[in-house]
Amino acid sequence: MISRRDFLQTSMATTAIYGAAGFGSFSKLAAQQLITQDDLLDFDTFGNVTLMHVTDIHGQLKPIYFREPSVNLGVGDALGQVPHITGADFRRLYDIEDGSPSAYALTYDDFTSLAQEYGKVGGLDRVATVIKSIRAARPDALLLDGGDTWHGSYTNLKTEGQDMVNVMNALKPDAMTFHWEFTLGSDRVREIVQDLPFAALGQNIFDQEWDEPTEDFESYKFFESGGVKVAVIGQAFPYMPIANPGWMFPEYSFGIRDTRMQEMVDEVRAKGAELVVCLSHNGFDVDKKMAGRVTGIDVILAGHTHDALPEPVLVGETIIIASGSNGKFVSRVDLDIRDGKMMGFRHKLIPIFSDVIEPDADVAALIDLQRKPFESELSEVIGQTDSLLYRRGNFAGSWDDLICDALIDQRDADIAMSPGVRWGPSILPGQDITREDIYNVTSMSYGAAYRTEMTGEFIKIILEDVGDNLFNVDPYKQQGGDMVRVGGLAFTIDINKPQGERFTDLTLTKTGELIDPAKTYVVAGWASVNEGTEGPQIWDVVENYIRKQGTVVVPPNDNIKIIGG
Amino acid sequence: MNYTRRDALVIGAGAAVAVAMPFRAFAERHADAISAFTGGADVAQTGVELTAPEIAENGNTVPISVAADGASEIIIFAVGNPVPEVIKFTFGPRSGASSAATRCRLAGTQDLIAVAKMADGSFAQATVNVKVTIGGCGG
Repeated sequence: MISRRDFLQTSMATTAIYGAAGFGSFSKLAAQQLITQDDLLDFDTFGNVTLMHVTDIHGQLKPIYFREPSVNLGVGDALGQVPHITGADFRRLYDIEDGSPSAYALTYDDFTSLAQEYGKVGGLDRVATVIKSIRAARPDALLLDGGDTWHGSYTNLKTEGQDMVNVMNALKPDAMTFHWEFTLGSDRVREIVQDLPFAALGQNIFDQEWDEPTEDFESYKFFESGGVKVAVIGQAFPYMPIANPGWMFPEYSFGIRDTRMQEMVDEVRAKGAELVVCLSHNGFDVDKKMAGRVTGIDVILAGHTHDALPEPVLVGETIIIASGSNGKFVSRVDLDIRDGKMMGFRHKLIPIFSDVIEPDADVAALIDLQRKPFESELSEVIGQTDSLLYRRGNFAGSWDDLICDALIDQRDADIAMSPGVRWGPSILPGQDITREDIYNVTSMSYGAAYRTEMTGEFIKIILEDVGDNLFNVDPYKQQGGDMVRVGGLAFTIDINKPQGERFTDLTLTKTGELIDPAKTYVVAGWASVNEGTEGPQIWDVVENYIRKQGTVVVPPNDNIKIIGG
Repeated sequence: MNYTRRDALVIGAGAAVAVAMPFRAFAERHADAISAFTGGADVAQTGVELTAPEIAENGNTVPISVAADGASEIIIFAVGNPVPEVIKFTFGPRSGASSAATRCRLAGTQDLIAVAKMADGSFAQATVNVKVTIGGCGG
């Protein structure tokens, strides 16, 4: 008799072959300078249940460019494991040809020329087309949104998330979980959630005062799909009040709460769930650890850390699906559920090539409607760039180098700090920079650019603290962002050292002198989680700086030396 | 249920939380206090369930809970606090369950240790690490 594990591994192998075939055929087509919508959507419908996963769209209604990271280091058990594999190593692992559409979608090298060849990615009107096509094959397919949806653009900021709510509602998700949504403020979140035509889930969203599950969000929801009883359990971002301003949602407490996750799994199984899906905003490594501690979850749909993986990762009997960010991918997972057991699956990470996938006309019109009141502000050209502007990378990205330059220049500072967030599209060399582009990498509800004095000792404490959030060997102690970006400061980091010992050779670049722990420096930054932070909004600071420059050039960042990468 | 209120329940204290530093200087004090509680007896590493957040949302008021079937007393230490004794719970014969919850203030990233004295006079303990962080850079 074949055990369930054998089935999973057989399916895994099948998927790998399928995945290789699917992606491999892209590269063949690349040679022909051709990808078609049919190729992207091609899928041999399998089993009896279909899940569609989108996550971390960050307000991106329209097609964009998005460069994946060159540096994404793992420590401890994550060392050398996906998603901590990039570039050529990633292509080798998944048998992806250099220069192919998959190479463009999933890796960073040669980004500018491949972007010119293959065009933009994403756009919710294209995503709508993909979803419609999957629903045509499997009408009761479930669409699950991993959160970080109502955040990240000019129109989203001005409408307090309403633009995304309106467009996502048209895609008819079945359930959603949350992270940046809470930075709209808890009143606004409750106002939207009240009228949401689908389930708002988070088993780990607790009442802060009583330390018990809040009544404002459900822990899970049951669906009937393909004759199968499916339970979807929500897992919101565990570190909301730590990574983002807790004063904006003081009623809520979060945390991983994997003991309660196990209770919820046991509860839904007892109620007859045949397929248990966790819609998670934990971050990939946290999900991996959780999958090893909680038994009975069949599928984890992972979000938060913005990883895009062409194959599921198997932990025990749980498969983990990572679906990228910024509207760039839709994951489709077909499952064969028999007698309350997952007997096999078929998976495809569908890249949304905007020039290949036909926009859905209704959703395109709805997107235009959201943008119309703001069109002149959005499209105003502020400057041009000679450099590729991107954000992703553990330590630095050219967008953040530019933002740090703007902070030092506009706020007259010695040192600049920019948060290590992972959202924000890329801009190609030679492109105009519009106001919309600037908001795409800066917009948030706490964007004040502060100017303050810090001692050298405190600057090191900050670096060590954030570094430990990224490189603590225990995934449960990681918050899922990248290292705080710095301007005017050089350092060496040994990622494998403990907190307090990772950062050495802190140097003020303008003088070349070592940072003196006792000396005071002027530091400008933005996105402080402290209430009452004062200063101009970061997008205005960046706009003024780019206007002054006319054409921006961002030289390669050689201020950071990495040991143990 | 009686509990001895020592330095626990410091709710809403205003001062900023000191960032993570090793607190080796205090290590001996909690070890002495545990020895005093156990009288130097062997302490089992199973039988106590101590629950605390992996990362504190607010180091000034960290929710913690403890359960140990059959315990008559449970004492909790925050080994990195200037005063490591957090709280002692005493369970009488009519206690429904030997479990309790409270909140405590943590001076930085550190271990919490719960030591339970069982009805038969034996001891057991559990340790969890709670991280206290500045935060602010969630992706």
